[in-house]
Amino acid sequence: MSKKRLIPKLQLATSRNNPNKLVVVITKQFGDKIEIGDPVSQSKIFQDQSADELIFLNIESRKNNVKTLSEVIAKVSEEIFMPMTVGGGVSCDEDFRLLLSHGADKISINTKAVESPEFITEMSNKYGAQCVVVSIDYKKEEDGTFQVYTQGGTHATGLDPIQWAIQAEMLGAGELLLTCIDHDGMRNGLELQVPSSLVQQVNIPIICGGGCGLAKHFSDAFLQANVEAVCAGSFFAHRDQNLIQTRSQISNAGVEIRMQN
Amino acid sequence: MIGIVDYGMGNLLSVFNAFEYLGISVKICSEPEDLSQVDRIVLPGVGAINQCILKLNESGFTEALNEQVIQLAKPTLGICLGMQVMAKQSFEGGTHSCLGWFDADVIRLNPGQPNLKVPNIGWNTIQFDKQIPLFKGLPEFSDFYFVHSYQVKVHHESERVATYQHGETVTAAIMKDNIFATQFHPEKSQDLGLTMLENFINWKP
Repeated sequence: MSKKRLIPKLQLATSRNNPNKLVVVITKQFGDKIEIGDPVSQSKIFQDQSADELIFLNIESRKNNVKTLSEVIAKVSEEIFMPMTVGGGVSCDEDFRLLLSHGADKISINTKAVESPEFITEMSNKYGAQCVVVSIDYKKEEDGTFQVYTQGGTHATGLDPIQWAIQAEMLGAGELLLTCIDHDGMRNGLELQVPSSLVQQVNIPIICGGGCGLAKHFSDAFLQANVEAVCAGSFFAHRDQNLIQTRSQISNAGVEIRMQN
Repeated sequence: MIGIVDYGMGNLLSVFNAFEYLGISVKICSEPEDLSQVDRIVLPGVGAINQCILKLNESGFTEALNEQVIQLAKPTLGICLGMQVMAKQSFEGGTHSCLGWFDADVIRLNPGQPNLKVPNIGWNTIQFDKQIPLFKGLPEFSDFYFVHSYQVKVHHESERVATYQHGETVTAAIMKDNIFATQFHPEKSQDLGLTMLENFINWKP
């Protein structure tokens, strides 16, 4: 059985100081961006701290195309020997090919998957299910129901995240990446209602993210929702150098994770 | 020089970068003839087996590999799908004849418990069935990164050199003569993976 995974999430956006450079940013509820550093040096820090994987998401896919993203990934993969999931604006076979040939291992798709669900199947058949991560951003509505949003959290789809996730699995997704927009960057814990329910209804791994502020928030997600992986952006950005400490706290809480060799 | 077989499947760059990082000269072999210029061969692979076989056959790599790996016995490393394609046949989406270097079948993971997922993605502690030079310097409980839905079942247990548990015993590595292959990704397994790749560079089968 695989160990539970801790995954730093690096959201990429154009630097305010240099329009030709992508930098790592953190966001709150998918809003205001704070620049926190260079993707290559950030990734190296995470590798030294034995992160289990990395997720790179281009959050300005209208401004930065997949080619620019692939160039960043190529640089990272010269020095990082760990699994990388990459996404943001991926919408065609060529995007998959480009990112995979530049060092990505898994590709995350979101808006395009909702617009053209058959895209999941096509990519899964071509590159294998393990390569296709369907990313689902959702919000809790006033009536207490959950709804899927696309286009960086701006477009309501009318879809229920659980039903959509189940459909994505049937269409060939190999993994699910769940992010609750309300919790993004708030550091007050993850939304666990959707992942807890979904984990019993799909047979593919679930990564959930959005809201980690304490080591306890990770262990809650592992122990209560039983998800396979938790990702976090702000948490690791604010608590630089603390991944090793976080890992031992999570391990002490009774979660089986990889300890440094 | 190490040659990485480029037949259009998967993430060559990571494997290439890992060998470069270790300071060894490495060449991407895009044509079957290129294999004659290298003394070690790496067969990587990510994706679906039918595409993999099709591309190896169409490109002429199947013939060239049989010559270089089987007849000339160059030390060879298979990774993930590159290991599965060395079996006799795969049952991924039908029945597909593979390279047949190992008397083995490729079948779907079947953990038999709802909390154990397929594909299995993540770090697993492997158990060494044998002490071989390729495992030199690895601690007793070593974690490697796996991402797969199908597994290799060998018919001769002596060819299986490492396993891990996922509701069942899953093959993690196989070895026979000059061929060593892993289900996990050494190029994605941080320091321990690099140690194993270094062992491959120094391996004298």
